[in-house]
Amino acid sequence: MTTPNPGTLLELRGIRKQYGRHAAVDDVSLELRQGEFLTFLGPSGSGKTTTLMMVAGLQQPDDGAIILAGRSVDRVPPYRRDIGMVFQHYALFPHMTVRRNVAFPLEMRSTPKAEAERLVSAALAMVGLPDHGDRMPRQLSGGQQQRVALARAMVYRPALLLMDEPLGALDKSLREQLQMEIKRLHREQRMSVLYVTHDQSEALTMSDRIAVFNEGRIEQIGTPSDLYERPATRFVAGFVGETNFVSAVVLGQEDNTYRVSVAGAPMAVSARFVTAPGSTAMIAVRPERIQLRRDGEGVPAELVDLIYLGNARRFVLRLAGGEEWTALMQADAAEESGLHPGDAVRLSWQAHHAAAFPAGGH
Amino acid sequence: MRPWRALRVLVCTLVAIYLLAPLVVVLIISFSSAAFLRFPPPGYSWRWYANLLNDPAWMDAVGVSLRVLVPAALASTALGTASAVALVRGRMLGAGVIGAFLMAPMVVPSIITAAGLYIIYRGLGLNGTLTGMVIGHIIITLPYVFATVASALRSLDPRLEAAAATLGASPVTAFRRITLPLLAPAVLSSLLFAMVLSFDELIISLFVGSARLRTVPVQIWSNIRGDFDPTVAAIASLCFLVALTALALEALLRRRNGDRE
Repeated sequence: MTTPNPGTLLELRGIRKQYGRHAAVDDVSLELRQGEFLTFLGPSGSGKTTTLMMVAGLQQPDDGAIILAGRSVDRVPPYRRDIGMVFQHYALFPHMTVRRNVAFPLEMRSTPKAEAERLVSAALAMVGLPDHGDRMPRQLSGGQQQRVALARAMVYRPALLLMDEPLGALDKSLREQLQMEIKRLHREQRMSVLYVTHDQSEALTMSDRIAVFNEGRIEQIGTPSDLYERPATRFVAGFVGETNFVSAVVLGQEDNTYRVSVAGAPMAVSARFVTAPGSTAMIAVRPERIQLRRDGEGVPAELVDLIYLGNARRFVLRLAGGEEWTALMQADAAEESGLHPGDAVRLSWQAHHAAAFPAGGH
Repeated sequence: MRPWRALRVLVCTLVAIYLLAPLVVVLIISFSSAAFLRFPPPGYSWRWYANLLNDPAWMDAVGVSLRVLVPAALASTALGTASAVALVRGRMLGAGVIGAFLMAPMVVPSIITAAGLYIIYRGLGLNGTLTGMVIGHIIITLPYVFATVASALRSLDPRLEAAAATLGASPVTAFRRITLPLLAPAVLSSLLFAMVLSFDELIISLFVGSARLRTVPVQIWSNIRGDFDPTVAAIASLCFLVALTALALEALLRRRNGDRE
């Protein structure tokens, strides 16, 4: 076994998990640094939860190695892995009080009673429930139950905290509140966190880095701004944030831009993937990067609808080829533009804000 | 709406009478003062209950029944719970077939099970022994325990056990601290049910027992065939009382369990 980089807490090497003939997880490799908040983001069935379960030891990989804190944990059962886990549906023990739930992992570690009492109180205070220790889990709201689950998973300071869609069962405002709280706990407690979600905005808000899963593979792994500004694949461009797509013919390449033809209009896009002139490429542009003008250069389109968002306006556009695009403009700029539904407009963008992906692939 | 309501009350009352009438008749006859079965009785007395207590044959039968039902119900509960945990939680090949096999004694007519046991026991010398009787009663009560505990286990979130594992509990500890306490109401109610079933069981006891090893139902049966007096009604009333107590306990357990969910 080669020694991992210093500061690496967890390393996955070529993990595979097969269900029948279907590969749920296919050759996944990644590293988690000490103290890092890493999120697995992907649609359901993309292999993100299965990968997390294999890190927890609740499922066994068919191939590959999991190295936690410098040792291979292939043969280590979950209860000896020094991990903490928070489940989507809390998984609190219904027959124990909140205090007994939180004390359970300490009891498993034979922590002296007085010490355990102190740690449980501190953990409950940490999640904002210092006075709820004597309640039963069923007497708490969903948000409170998840705080207790968080306290229970953190009270023994495991090397790694795993969270499987922990906020998935909560409503939106509570979810945002708990996102901030989990971020705060991560910062204050300097914990290493592996977080699973299918909610891209949650992933962008919370993570140091994000691994985007699709069909059992990692499409891209990077910081939120890496993924958002420089998506490596068409899938990432479509899954992380909102993106407009259109196919275009590549005319030629100059340094780090392509010249392409979109609906007959010559445009420039950033060239990060090698494509031969004459071939077709898929162009992706974020709504907030689109400029709208009444005339001049740019892709011709019709303004179909204008949606009022308070601080911004969403323009629904139809391109000549029938593609429906959206553009986002701050309130000031939108009002100055004086555009109305039914107007003919020209769309443009700066070359480095548009990505080109090979057509057909993803 | 009103005529339908009246009809519903009427039908329910008739069904209740139909179900309860034999029990009520037996209960009343057990207090009869007459030496023969007659309804309504000419007068009332405790003599048949006194007769029951003074007749060693009846007291022996109660003793045998208790010595069979306690170990049989305990063993059946332990085995049924263990099989349910293995088949529902384990990833075992052919779990469905094994489950169906465990349930078989409930579907197979008990006279066939009894005849089969009798033939096997003849070779083993177990006919007429307490051990043989206990084994027979385990076989008969196991399906009920298995079905009850398995269904409780299926509605128990397996993530609770997964959570216990990630928190540092070995499988044995997780079972002892999490799974078993949560299954306790189902396990206790199947223990009670197994006791009642064992106490009621006639056919197995008839085949496997002997003249000296008679359970209460066997004693009732042979009594009815011979000279027939209201002592039978007295013992039947006592059996009814015991079963009623067990059912009430079970209902109480289930209500406590319901509160927990």
